[in-house]
Amino acid sequence: MSKPAIIVDNVSMKFNLSKEKVDSLKDYIIKSLKKEIQYNEFWALQNVSFTVEKGDRVGILGLNGAGKSTLLKVIAGVFKPTEGTVTKYGKMVPLLELGAGFDPQYTGRENIYLYGAMLGYTKAFIDEKYDEIVKFSELKEFIDVPIKNYSSGMKSRLGFSIATVVSPKILILDEVLSVGDAKFRKKSEKKVLSMFDSGVTVLFVSHSLAQVQRICNKAMILEKGKLIAYGDIDTISEQYEQMTN
Amino acid sequence: MKKYVDNFMQYQFLLSELVKKGIKLKYRRSYLGMIWSLLEPLLTMIVLTIVFGTLYGNTDKTFPVYILTGRLLYSFFSQATKAALKSIRQNSAMIKKVYVPKYLYPLSSVLFNYVIFLISLIVLAVVSVVLGVKPTTHLWQSLVALVLILFISYGCGMILATIGVFFRDMEYLWSVALMLVMYTCAIFYYPSKLLKSGWAWILKYNPLYCVIDIFRSGVFGEPMNIDYLIYTVAFAVLSMLIGLICFKKKQDDFILYI
Repeated sequence: MSKPAIIVDNVSMKFNLSKEKVDSLKDYIIKSLKKEIQYNEFWALQNVSFTVEKGDRVGILGLNGAGKSTLLKVIAGVFKPTEGTVTKYGKMVPLLELGAGFDPQYTGRENIYLYGAMLGYTKAFIDEKYDEIVKFSELKEFIDVPIKNYSSGMKSRLGFSIATVVSPKILILDEVLSVGDAKFRKKSEKKVLSMFDSGVTVLFVSHSLAQVQRICNKAMILEKGKLIAYGDIDTISEQYEQMTN
Repeated sequence: MKKYVDNFMQYQFLLSELVKKGIKLKYRRSYLGMIWSLLEPLLTMIVLTIVFGTLYGNTDKTFPVYILTGRLLYSFFSQATKAALKSIRQNSAMIKKVYVPKYLYPLSSVLFNYVIFLISLIVLAVVSVVLGVKPTTHLWQSLVALVLILFISYGCGMILATIGVFFRDMEYLWSVALMLVMYTCAIFYYPSKLLKSGWAWILKYNPLYCVIDIFRSGVFGEPMNIDYLIYTVAFAVLSMLIGLICFKKKQDDFILYI
């Protein structure tokens, strides 16, 4: 019936947690001579496989350290998985920690172009959408001020406005619906909901089960890097409630 | 191959934004701004001329041009490689959040320094005209040197960027190495005495000295040294190759170390 939007095939992600941080040449030579470098292997994700179909809105549930953010970063392409592959169909916009790519010395205006370029927009596209971005962020009078003088709420507002000005096919949300003040939060949730109507595929991480139930039609539970359940929102949230109690 | 070209075209706008950012931020909040890219080499030229010309009894009228050619090329190489070395760590916030081909960071660091360097060549042109060094048909050799130094800087920059991620010490080691390179580049002394001695290899094996020599022969209207040309072309190709291979092999691990 419907086509896949994201195929995650047998993905595993390993981190080497060295007991002491070795990042100087001296340490490295001395420690490797003494054979003192020890790594604790840590599998943040283990053999995770699933397929998200077009138009699905999938909530990712799990306790702290379950691997939710790692999974999103693997899908966003920031991490390269140790094993396995991720296949994506269509333009993807990751909303991970908004505004992290901003340069503090740059003004709001310059950052719109920089961050836009980073997300793969063209210059013509940003020129065209510039007013819309500024209007949505409500930062008109601060747009020529260096970002370092912005409050954290202002930064996230600008980041959110830049990232959501496109209509992506796949949207990755990591706890971002809690940016800014109550007014902006409502506005941003409305914006995201309006994207849903256009049939966007969503991956959503949140600790609030209520928010996941409101937004998603499917969900999955991660525990210690393993995918333990994936399916309909109602069955999964029941299972999750049992788990957390 | 086509895949790589397509990929590059897609990120061309980002590359130009990153280059623009480097240039804009370098002189932001200084009163003279971009004028510093002209003023700085001019002032160092004056200092070096006084110390190594006047005080050492060198009466050659074109000595300032000689100093300026060496100093401009060297300072581009040093600035560009230093910036490339730090580029991955400096952009770690972005690397952790958005996927962007990582070679763009050292590349943009080298390119924005290259643009500033090309602008500062205006100083050289003016000083040459004032001191009566006229352009000749040999001037094209200088263009060859300009291309060569770009490739050498990017090749070395990528190698350094890769090492710099894993070992922070590289920043300090490299500034010491750069000092060594500077003294063996014949920036503010004539190489003739050294070339006749048993130490000639110090200069001849320094690719930066060879590039500077090619550049100078273009400016002063002499035929270039073909051996130097062959050596620097080989060095440029080799450093690019090693740089690309190192960088490509290690780039997926960067994120675990920054």
